[in-house]
Amino acid sequence: MRDVAQRALDTAISRGAQYADVRVVELRRESVAVKNGAVDAITSEESAGFGVRVVVDGAWGFASSAILSTAEADRVAALAVAIGRASALLSLRPVTLGPPVTTRGRYVTPVIRDPFTVSLEERLALLLAADEAMRRQPAIVVAEGRVGCERQRKLFLNSEGADVEQELTETGVAIECTARAEDELQTRSYPNSFGLHMGTAGWEFVEQQQILAHAERIADEAAALLTAKQCPPGVTTVILDSSQTALQVHESCGHAIELDRVFGSEAAYAGTSFLTPDKLGTYQYGSEHVTIVADATIPGGLGTFGFDDEGVPAQRTTIVDRGRFVGYLTSRETAAQLGQASNGTMRADGWNRLPLIRMTNINLEPGTWTLEDLIADTDEGILMQTNRSWSIDDRRWNFQFGTQIAWEIRGGKRGALLKNATYAGITPEFWRSCDAVCNREEWIVWGLPNCGKGQPPQTMHVGHGAAPARFRNVRVGLLR
Amino acid sequence: MLTDRELRALADTAFAASAADQTEVVVREVDAALTRFANNSIHQNVAERNVEFTVRAVVGRRLGVATGNDLSPGGIRRVVERASILAQHSPELPDFQSLPRPQPLPSNDGWSETTAASSPEARARFALPVCRRAAEAGFVASGYVEIRAEQITVANSLGLFASTRRTSAGAMAVVQGDGGSGYADRFARDAAQIDPMELAEEALGRARRSRNPIEVAPGEYDVVLEPYAVADILSALSFLGFGARSVQDQTSFLSGRFGERVMGENISIWDDPRGEEVIPEPFDPEGVPSRRVDLIVKGVAAGVVYDTLTASRAGKESTGHALPPGSTFGPLARHLYLAPGTDDDLVRAVDRGLLVTRFWYTRPVHPLTVTMTGMTRDGVFLIERGEVVAAVKNLRFTHSYLAALNAVTGISRRTKLEIDEINTVVPRLRVAGWRFTSATAH
Repeated sequence: MRDVAQRALDTAISRGAQYADVRVVELRRESVAVKNGAVDAITSEESAGFGVRVVVDGAWGFASSAILSTAEADRVAALAVAIGRASALLSLRPVTLGPPVTTRGRYVTPVIRDPFTVSLEERLALLLAADEAMRRQPAIVVAEGRVGCERQRKLFLNSEGADVEQELTETGVAIECTARAEDELQTRSYPNSFGLHMGTAGWEFVEQQQILAHAERIADEAAALLTAKQCPPGVTTVILDSSQTALQVHESCGHAIELDRVFGSEAAYAGTSFLTPDKLGTYQYGSEHVTIVADATIPGGLGTFGFDDEGVPAQRTTIVDRGRFVGYLTSRETAAQLGQASNGTMRADGWNRLPLIRMTNINLEPGTWTLEDLIADTDEGILMQTNRSWSIDDRRWNFQFGTQIAWEIRGGKRGALLKNATYAGITPEFWRSCDAVCNREEWIVWGLPNCGKGQPPQTMHVGHGAAPARFRNVRVGLLR
Repeated sequence: MLTDRELRALADTAFAASAADQTEVVVREVDAALTRFANNSIHQNVAERNVEFTVRAVVGRRLGVATGNDLSPGGIRRVVERASILAQHSPELPDFQSLPRPQPLPSNDGWSETTAASSPEARARFALPVCRRAAEAGFVASGYVEIRAEQITVANSLGLFASTRRTSAGAMAVVQGDGGSGYADRFARDAAQIDPMELAEEALGRARRSRNPIEVAPGEYDVVLEPYAVADILSALSFLGFGARSVQDQTSFLSGRFGERVMGENISIWDDPRGEEVIPEPFDPEGVPSRRVDLIVKGVAAGVVYDTLTASRAGKESTGHALPPGSTFGPLARHLYLAPGTDDDLVRAVDRGLLVTRFWYTRPVHPLTVTMTGMTRDGVFLIERGEVVAAVKNLRFTHSYLAALNAVTGISRRTKLEIDEINTVVPRLRVAGWRFTSATAH
């Protein structure tokens, strides 16, 4: 591993690179999925390779390969330099990276029970028990469950002297069930939706979720939703549960603060951002109840690590301070354009991908309310739980989300069940209408393993700490 | 790319190491490069080479799947061993019968040697005129050009051996300026078929026409959809209901509706992985020849695509639409065609409506009605009395794609290949009563 990395680095520099870095990555991933009482898939994946990133003639080049040999290191490093030279044919401004990164260190995810040592039988038994519990509800036509774990070993060297090793372990779980009537279909899932709820942790993370305690409940809820009242259209108060608040942070804040995106590098794909640099430090993004931090250092978060893929140590950065927009997620190159130093958010989806600015754990800081008190304090509104659909425009301005389940709130009490709940808004108007966030007891760090960005596409694992939050004057019921 | 001999040796090493009843090896070799530009400048330029192989071990009716990219004999044996262990510890899959047996395979014609040999300079020279043309006009271009060479090989211990090579080239550009934005993309098997100037002119022309957009109120509008937007409709239908698994799960909008009219009589949709226009897939990752499947015939629900497992559940034969081993999504239609019409001037018949270039960030709101929400992007225009009269700020829609395909009032003769996760070959459409639910600031 190390000899290949060092050789690639040496070759890149000797071929003319002004800067070079090399990442060697070994990935191991296992997944067990069940469906309707049977195994759906049991998979095990191993992958290894290395990527060489260079600045040559002031422009970027990157090449990668799965063959871990010094001869291949020579070929790939030379190719990266050739690609950098080709980039320089159309490069208007030379790359500047700011102060050198000379970090040396090692980081290992703390793990209590190594998920790879948990027997297949134990993983299956847990999932099949949850599956059976969900299928006890007769309206359920599909019951599914999945556990997954992955481990990355990464070595990062750069031509400035950085030398960083990391071993990152992630573990996650999800169950989901779908109920069907003649003209209706409703799905409930737990702990979250759209893939595993994950953390940087061991099997203890799966145990903490207690999926068996929730399997029957979500099946009954899915069945009840078949005949529930349609979420009525209108403008009302909305309380989002912790997981939907997390997604709201992800889509309307997390992506909007990626500084590469702000500078236009995603303009043709993921889009740009309404949070332009002229707003930094002055723009009222949300209400005084809204404080958002990017924190790659919290224990167990899916966006927790020791160093980013430029060798910059993990950090905590304030993004929104009591409503005021004060910070971006940055890389070395983008931070330098603002006269700042990187806050360590460059990550790549594997050895064959170039690092991009990615969310770490983008957390809405907890407030003071309990959920019970918040509902009691709400005269009329809707409580929405667990994301079902999400869409936002290419500047992170106009959004519309739907949740799997919702309840009317009337006179401070949770009332009738509502199906097909949706809400929509404009990002700063929505966050400015936030008048309450629940306390640390209600605060959960959600792990989202499906954040997409970049071309070629990269899927990143990110985290969001969030508690239930209340928003006023929200447009709801857009599905008629 | 690995030779046939090397690939057979890899498979033989796997079979020799396997104690399973049946063993399958899928080898996917990728040599890909992508040059990305933004702000009229290349900012990302990458290349990768990888050979990944997946082993599916079958013990009785127990299955295990393992993947690796270490091609040494030891590396191959390790993956086989992992797949076998997983299979041995797995419960039985009652519907599983067997890995596919060898079948005659169609010829392979998806390879362009010059495309496979494309250089970083060639990609930069592609991006150059797009950026220069935009800059000369006072606009800013972003986009990419991508070259891919792939070799897919499937071998199993029942004697099946199928191997195919294919190349593809893709390019897209978003040109922005003065509050306007224009989009264009091109895809082909051979990079020489893509003209950067033509791409630049289309995106730039649209960006020019998009300048200084006006606001229109959300509401129902007749729309003319460019192929970029129509591709999104087909893609959503594919993921939500053209696969047998979703029908068997009763989650498809087609479940229980075969033989019924579900769309307008002017709508026919089929999947053809060997069609002339698409990046071909002569067989699927189980080695089963990919067949044309009629999905919607004159508005009537006619069929879905199968892999081996869903076919066995339905008592049918696989249509060759499996996803790679280990996927739990089931079969997927990924080379979709929407039948063309005869009218290439769809705007003329619109009294008041919108011309939409493309949709963005579309997501299902309800799967049974295929109700989706999403944004317009990179060029929306107001049509009045058959003429485009103004650029319009983007709008969000919440609308049923099924309802839309029941309200198509015009279909163009010309079609275009779009690739975004799946291949679609689509015309322009004119649709009555598209429901826009909110507006945005740009």
